[in-house]
Amino acid sequence: MAVRTLQINDTLVSAREDQTILEAARDHGIKIPTLCHLEGLTDVGACRLCLVEVATVGGGAKLLPSCVSHVAEDMIVHTDTPRLGEYRRMIVELVMAERNHVCSVCVANNHCELQDMAVAMGVDHIRYDYLSPSCSVDLSHERYGIDHNRCILCTRCVRVCDEVEGAHTWDVAGRGTRSRVITDMNQPWGSSDTCTSCGKCVMACPTGALFLQGSSVSEMEHDRGTLAFLLNAREKKQWLV
Amino acid sequence: MARLRFATVWLGGCSGCHMSFLDLDEFLIELAERAEIVYSPIIDTKEYPDGVDVVLVEGAIANEENLAMIRKVRDRSRMLVAHGDCAVTGNVTALRNPLGRAATVLERSYLEDVDGVPGIPSEPGIVPVLLDRVMPIHAVVPVDVFIPGCPPSAAKIREAIEQLLDGRQVQLSGRDLKFG
Repeated sequence: MAVRTLQINDTLVSAREDQTILEAARDHGIKIPTLCHLEGLTDVGACRLCLVEVATVGGGAKLLPSCVSHVAEDMIVHTDTPRLGEYRRMIVELVMAERNHVCSVCVANNHCELQDMAVAMGVDHIRYDYLSPSCSVDLSHERYGIDHNRCILCTRCVRVCDEVEGAHTWDVAGRGTRSRVITDMNQPWGSSDTCTSCGKCVMACPTGALFLQGSSVSEMEHDRGTLAFLLNAREKKQWLV
Repeated sequence: MARLRFATVWLGGCSGCHMSFLDLDEFLIELAERAEIVYSPIIDTKEYPDGVDVVLVEGAIANEENLAMIRKVRDRSRMLVAHGDCAVTGNVTALRNPLGRAATVLERSYLEDVDGVPGIPSEPGIVPVLLDRVMPIHAVVPVDVFIPGCPPSAAKIREAIEQLLDGRQVQLSGRDLKFG
C-alpha cells in the first residue's frame, strides 16, 4: 500500500493511500467533529460536520467532507478555521431546527451526541425558524421504539443493520424534509419480518430517536461499548471483553 | 456605584427557571446589595418600569399577552437575557407547534376525547388569546444574552449575573451551554 504525504493544520503527516482525511487526522491526534460517522461502518457524509478546507491550485480552499474524501499527495488540509467553525455551528442549528429536538423531555437528554455537539460548537440558540414538523412515534416493536422527532437522518441504524447484522431492516424513504427512516416496506417496526431484534440500531443511534421501551427522560444510554466489542470481534477477530 | 436596576419576567414557562433563580440562596443577598429588583413575579409591582438595566426573561412567547409584554420589556430594558430553554428555544411550551394552529391545539385539548362537557374556554379580556405558533424570544425581539437549560442551574445563572454585574460581555461556555 502506497503512502501519501500531506499537510494537516500545517503539520506534515503520512497516511496510507486508501485512508480518508478523517482517518489520517485521527491517526495523528487531530480531532474533527462528526455525527453520522461511526467506527466500523461505511461512511456516507450525511451530516457534513466533518467538513475540512482543502487548498486548491487557484489559491482558494475547497470544502470537503473528510469522512469520504481520500488523502492525496501534497494535499493541504485545514480542519479548524473560523469559516469551518461557523459552518459547523450552522449545521448543528439547522439539524436542531429541522425536527423537534426538545432536550429537556428527551429520553437521551445528557447522553446525546447532537446535544454534545451543540455544546462543542458553542450553540446558545437556534438562529433559524423551527420547522416543527409532525413526526410519528412507532412503539409497535416489543422492546424498542423510534421517535422520528429526534431523528437526524445520520443513517447509522440503516448501515449497522445492513453491514453488521446483515438484516437491512432499516432504510430511508421520502425526500428532503419529508425523509424518514423506515423498517421493511415502510410498515410498523413490530410487523417487520426481517428485524432480528438484535438492538444494534439502538446501540448506534446518536440521539433519542431509537430507544429501549420503558426509558424515561434522560434514561436512554446507547450501549456503544457492546457495539464496539462486536465490531472489533468482526474486523480483527479479537474477542476482547 | 449606583445599583443596577434588575428585573425578572415570567412568560410562557413553568416558573422552574424562577425556582432555579431562587436557588441562588445567599447570593440573592449579595445581588440585592448590588442591584435593585424593580420588577419580578416575586415582588409586588404591577407595571414594568422604564430604565431597567438587566432583565431575565423566562418562558416562550405563547399568547398575545406574552407578545405585548416582551415588546414592552425590550423597549424599557438595556440587557435582555433569555433565561432558560423555553425563552431560548420554545422548549416544552412549543411542544404544541407540530399540532398546527391555535384552533387545532384547542380542539385537541378541549373537544377531542374529553370527559364531561367539551367546550373551548373563551374569556375575552381575562384569558389571553393563544398565538398560532409558540416562539422563542429572539424570534420576536433582539436578545442580548442566552442562558440555555431546563432549568439553568443556579450556578449557571450566578455565572451569567456576575458577568452582567461586572459590565462584562456574558460568555457562557462548555456544559453551561447545554440545552435541556
